[in-house]
Amino acid sequence: MVQALRYLGETPSQTAGPYVHIGLIPHQAGFDIFNKNFSNVLVGADTPGERIRIEGRVFDGIGVPLKDVLLEIWQANAAGRYNHPADRQDKPLDKAFRGWGRTGSDFETGLYAFETVKPGSVIGRRGHRPMAPHVNLWIVARGINIGLATRMYFSDEEAANTADPVLNIIEPEIRRRTLIAKREMRGQSAVYTFDIYLQCDRETVFFDV
Amino acid sequence: MAFVDWESEFFQRDRSIHPPALTPEYKTSVLRSPRQPLLSLQNSLSEVTGPMFGENELGPLDNDLILNYAKGGDAIGERIIVHGQVRDESGRPVPNTLLEFWQANAGGRYRHKNDRYIAPIDPNFGGCGRTISNDDGEYWFRTIKPGPYPFRNYVNSWRPAHIHFSVFGTGFVQRLITQMYFEGDPLLAKDVMFQMIPDRDAASRLVAPIDLNATVPLDTLAYRFDIILRGRRSTLFENKLQGN
Repeated sequence: MVQALRYLGETPSQTAGPYVHIGLIPHQAGFDIFNKNFSNVLVGADTPGERIRIEGRVFDGIGVPLKDVLLEIWQANAAGRYNHPADRQDKPLDKAFRGWGRTGSDFETGLYAFETVKPGSVIGRRGHRPMAPHVNLWIVARGINIGLATRMYFSDEEAANTADPVLNIIEPEIRRRTLIAKREMRGQSAVYTFDIYLQCDRETVFFDV
Repeated sequence: MAFVDWESEFFQRDRSIHPPALTPEYKTSVLRSPRQPLLSLQNSLSEVTGPMFGENELGPLDNDLILNYAKGGDAIGERIIVHGQVRDESGRPVPNTLLEFWQANAGGRYRHKNDRYIAPIDPNFGGCGRTISNDDGEYWFRTIKPGPYPFRNYVNSWRPAHIHFSVFGTGFVQRLITQMYFEGDPLLAKDVMFQMIPDRDAASRLVAPIDLNATVPLDTLAYRFDIILRGRRSTLFENKLQGN
């Protein structure tokens, strides 16, 4: 006989389903209901940092883009600090920059996009090596039973990426590339393309976080 | 006000209580499930932090689905209150966290441009709402009971009545989307989504009992739906994430 460990079990996940837009981005479902809506634009006019656009598509196992996927991003500000009480790094905090956004992929093209700033480098686990600038992503959709977590890194941060403690635990070097978004200039605007592959030979690295 | 430990790492997620990514009986999962194992990652600041939301971002009717899309009449259907408490696996309340919910109307029809089910749209029902848990982790909202509806999996697949929930917690790795079902629904035994949860005790946590103590007599029935998010390691020994 032994005492019972009285932990409560986590509530099980269920798919967000095809109509996730109703609850999380009702405008895309086709109606307006709330006064304030959450969106894919993380920045305001005064947000410090380099303005960037992140865009891409999420592909299924036969290469078809998901047109009903919902993505959320969570990131540090341009100085490399999260807007959260656990982040006590001695860096500027911009209270107006939450660092979080959500969007649905386009019903016709499957394209998603975020307007944000490029995050700075954040201190690593327990104050060890700094992590290269990155954006955390969370993906849900019909057919996805539990949300998928991944990270997006930046192609123009080669040195930082090479030293990044998370990228370095991905054993096959070829798979690290699935997390690196490619930078291009579109007129005056910096655009990072981050395509996500749910399976097959180019499968994106997903984390059990 | 409940104590919140902002900085400790989260318990490893017990994946055996969640449906696996690949569930061939739910056909859409076959092409949308990773084939490679998930890469286990110890928590850094990126995992223990997450977005926070304030009451000032919500409207006064955001948690009243009977009224928040009313265009001159009330939404049609069984009037219900859904309430509960958000806690973590250690039983600590999770205060001030955003909950969002969406559902079909009483006839099983969603207000969504992609839903073609024959049941009519209710002109007074939007089908979504949101709220923020109070200082004790408690939340509540008012709505109408959703109806079951068919979906294309097998020729004759029907979803039991359910309400979709989205919850944040205090760290982004607590992020959870799930579905609340209703006590006594005969379709639960036939439902692919519900049946593919491998742990039946865990599955039962998604079924909300009727709660007569929370009803408004002669007015509105009530169901209770408690939500458990991942717990955090206690701080018996130094295990904070930031170095000293």
